[in-house]
Amino acid sequence: MPAYVNFVVAGFLTGAVYGLMALGLSVIFGVVRIVNFAHGEMMVLGMYGTIMLNQYLGLDPLLCAPLDAAVLFGLGFALQRGLINRYIMRPEHEQFILMLGIATLLTSSMLMGFGPDARNVQPDYALDSYELGSLVLDKVRVFAAAGAFVSVGLLWGFFRFTRTGKAIRACADNQVGAQVVGLDVKRLYAVTFGIGAACVGAAGTFMLLLVDVQPYLAGDYTLLSFIIVIIGGLGSMPGALLGGLLIGVSEGLSAYLITPSLKSLISFGLLIVVLLIRPEGLLGRRA
Amino acid sequence: MRIPGGGRTALALALLAAALLVLPFFVGNYVLSVLVVFLFAAYLGQCWNIMMGFAGLLSLGHALYAGLGAYVSAALYVRFGVPPWFGLIAGVAVAAVAGAGIAALSFRFGVTGVYFALLTIAFDEFTRILFDHFDWVGGSAGLFLPVKTLTHSDVWQLRGSPAMFYYLLLALSAAVLVLSRTLLDRRIGYYWLAIREDQAAAQSLGIDVFRYKMAAVILSAALTAVAGALQAFYDNNLYPDTIFTTARSVEIITGPVIGGVGTLFGPIVGAFVLTTLGEAMTVAGSYFGVPGLKQWFYGAALVIIVLLQPSGLWPWIRRSLRLGEDAR
Repeated sequence: MPAYVNFVVAGFLTGAVYGLMALGLSVIFGVVRIVNFAHGEMMVLGMYGTIMLNQYLGLDPLLCAPLDAAVLFGLGFALQRGLINRYIMRPEHEQFILMLGIATLLTSSMLMGFGPDARNVQPDYALDSYELGSLVLDKVRVFAAAGAFVSVGLLWGFFRFTRTGKAIRACADNQVGAQVVGLDVKRLYAVTFGIGAACVGAAGTFMLLLVDVQPYLAGDYTLLSFIIVIIGGLGSMPGALLGGLLIGVSEGLSAYLITPSLKSLISFGLLIVVLLIRPEGLLGRRA
Repeated sequence: MRIPGGGRTALALALLAAALLVLPFFVGNYVLSVLVVFLFAAYLGQCWNIMMGFAGLLSLGHALYAGLGAYVSAALYVRFGVPPWFGLIAGVAVAAVAGAGIAALSFRFGVTGVYFALLTIAFDEFTRILFDHFDWVGGSAGLFLPVKTLTHSDVWQLRGSPAMFYYLLLALSAAVLVLSRTLLDRRIGYYWLAIREDQAAAQSLGIDVFRYKMAAVILSAALTAVAGALQAFYDNNLYPDTIFTTARSVEIITGPVIGGVGTLFGPIVGAFVLTTLGEAMTVAGSYFGVPGLKQWFYGAALVIIVLLQPSGLWPWIRRSLRLGEDAR
């Protein structure tokens, strides 16, 4: 089997986690119409949350995912309820400055709380791998991807089958209509922001299995999330997942074929091409 | 030029100008260096404001234009010994062409709003990674300008004391202030405001929307590149990861947003507030030995200002000082 297959498969698995991360951004934008410039910051917060739980409670990182998601849900809910709801109708640059302020607060708080050094978790299966013929899969990568896919499945079920999920979709389709039939739109927005934050919190846990964390990573993850949702289609759930997988594979391949430091060049290049040729993204609906 | 309405405004402006002109004689090197940082921020904010404040085009990638001005002028100087001012003109030209290219692509393909903003980030980050691997200008290891010990300032070689840069930037900032005011009073200014408020309506009135949006981007990009070139010769070192980073674009836009988007004095007020605040926090941070304290207060200040004065500090100050509608 050619060597690049390993890189493609590893990229695909990492891409699943990217997809979950970007899904959070996409859900928030699709419903609340706010671009969450603090998305990467929430991701990194999720990563530090896992480190804390792992260090002090000795929990396996995978078990931290639901707890992390719950904490981030609370944070997202409170943020939307307390601050962002007032800015729904304001111009974009004001929303942007608000989100930027929140992002700066989060990053600097983490810098003060956890220090600038890179940190990680070491579960006992950290160095294990599955071998299928000549295909070698890191165990952590498989677990992370599985976790991401399960989370996406749960989210899909929530939006498809629960009353709240359906109400949120109604808000996204027609905000005024939703208000007319008596939905508490502001509360649903807060729930949505919470769900978006929970996604990225869980994604942070899974990502921590694959990389070290440090506060300054936040900006990179924010940009990466933007790339993915634009490529997949801003506001589209399957689009975010597809975009994540695509970027994961493209990063894996360009790291192998060209050089690792150029992997984001390809991603930004893809973003520019998609924005110009199909601004609504691969799976997005034309506005 | 007509002095903006009423004696109050004229007096305030004259006092401010006089104070800024004599300030370098009364302050030490440290304060002077902070003032240079302030003027860089004010001027860059004014340039960004032409695009966003007047024509309503949200650019989150202005580091690209400043960076191109910096890299082109510095590389020509280091590699070929091209005099700084010629290099500056070349840098301005490159930035204008880059702006024109990005704008033409976006507007022809109908990329607007959030998508346009994200596209500007993408082009800037793309360039950052390219320069990281562009060995002719030093790659990620950086490009350095030779530092000479000087007995006197040489404006022609852009070599000299912070005071020289202070006056250069002060002149630039004043020039853009006058330019912005003049443009706003002319046809192009009214067209920009019409496009900003409602592009479809502007188009239906027969305004060549594409042309005037292009003009805003090219002007903004070119003026931004001037500051980039000066910054290169002021700092004497260039790294793609500090020059082209999105964090720098964000720095450029926070001043005018805090001060008041679309106003003439807002970018200057915003830059002053943020520079002072940032400097105070740096001092406090090192005093208490807490890294990140500066950014924390910076973030808190952004949230508080946008909560209390969402349309910026300048409109509020203007009302409080009763400066009249003309002191935009």
